[in-house]
Amino acid sequence: MEHYYHREDLGKFAEIGKESPELWRKFSAWYSAVFSEGALTEREKALIALAVAHTVQCPYCIDAYSHACLEKGSNLEQMTEALHVAAAIRGGASLVHGVQMRNLVGKIEMP
Amino acid sequence: MSKGTLLRRQSPLASLPEQVGILDRTSFIPPFEKTLRQFGQSPLHGGEVEIFQINVGKQCNQLCAHCHVDAGPDRTEIMSRETMAGCIRALASTNIPKVDITGGAPELNPHFRWIVGEIRALGRHVTDRCNLTVLAVKGQEDLPAFLAAHQVELLCSLPYYQERETDRQRGLGVFQRSIDVLKYLNRLGYGIAGSELALNLVCNPVGAFLPACQKVLEEDFKRNLHRKFGIQFNHLYCITNMPISRFLEFLLESGNYERYMERLVQAFNPTTISGLMCRNMISIGWDGRLFDCDFNQMLGLEVSFSAPCHISDFDVARLSHRRIVTGRHCYGCTAGAGSSCSGATT
Repeated sequence: MEHYYHREDLGKFAEIGKESPELWRKFSAWYSAVFSEGALTEREKALIALAVAHTVQCPYCIDAYSHACLEKGSNLEQMTEALHVAAAIRGGASLVHGVQMRNLVGKIEMP
Repeated sequence: MSKGTLLRRQSPLASLPEQVGILDRTSFIPPFEKTLRQFGQSPLHGGEVEIFQINVGKQCNQLCAHCHVDAGPDRTEIMSRETMAGCIRALASTNIPKVDITGGAPELNPHFRWIVGEIRALGRHVTDRCNLTVLAVKGQEDLPAFLAAHQVELLCSLPYYQERETDRQRGLGVFQRSIDVLKYLNRLGYGIAGSELALNLVCNPVGAFLPACQKVLEEDFKRNLHRKFGIQFNHLYCITNMPISRFLEFLLESGNYERYMERLVQAFNPTTISGLMCRNMISIGWDGRLFDCDFNQMLGLEVSFSAPCHISDFDVARLSHRRIVTGRHCYGCTAGAGSSCSGATT
């Protein structure tokens, strides 16, 4: 069955660098630095990445950071809480735009 | 959850040549020696033998899903007193300082206490690889006190500080029983600061992924086990799961085999080579055969290249600096921070 997404494509990520190796090199170095231990631990960064992966709904990222979280010692309970943070922001972002709706309706409706 | 031993279920994987064949045919990853060659480390040779590891049998009261021994209650292969006596004679002819007793659940061998006493009488350090719950098995009630009296270091399996993960790997109810035993060991002085009774924990990942950073996970274990249960221990050792026996079956049946093997190779870390456990140990099987490590033992890969291959022919001079038998499973010991019977190697 044809799919747009294939698991094995994740392993081909580096092929993106073939036509613009310098940009790929810079991206790889920056990406690596981002996920290195800093003010946040590698585990915390992996949990953030997992949450963002679900927000942008990238199956490659979900795959990569589910593995990464486990390999950093996180458990399913912690990973699920991270997802709820992402979901709460998405849901909250929708709801808070309701203020715009209310402002518009307030302007359009007769007082 | 494991369905029973491979042997009992008459699984094709109960055949060691079948397992070796699967690993040999894994052509999408390079042979281990080829990778070693890239780093100028092939052929792999050992150094002095510093650890004398005795596997006293495959019998176990648990049926852990990841067990590379395929141990379980139905396994009858256990070391005889005669073979144990051969081990003691061999050990006495050397200055090897450390003896590591493993299984199965080594404590279920009826001669376990005898061999511990003999090794201690030779003045050597003894480590017992203990699954914790065996210490609560009927008839073993006095065993913790025996271990303490003989100053035996305990290396106890606990894959995670939570019930969910532990029971998935080791069986329903194992976590709570393990916690009860750990509390009892603490009461005996094991793992308590200032005590000479060492209590170390060993964790294997509960699935097809590499272990977390040993130092970070040790802090997690210490914080959580102490906060929730008041338990103390000395160190945590992280061990990578090997694609052998029941873990191999899990990888194949769950469709994780290719990706796991690729992960091991992708995470190959050349700095682990100098600390590979096969380079300073000898592994003795329940029947007296000699191996470079417990993993080779479970694949039936005896020491080779003209080294003596049975305890009755033990010669430490000929076993020191021997050439090591390797295979694709060896990537398990070189991935990430490295893995050995004493945890990470870097």
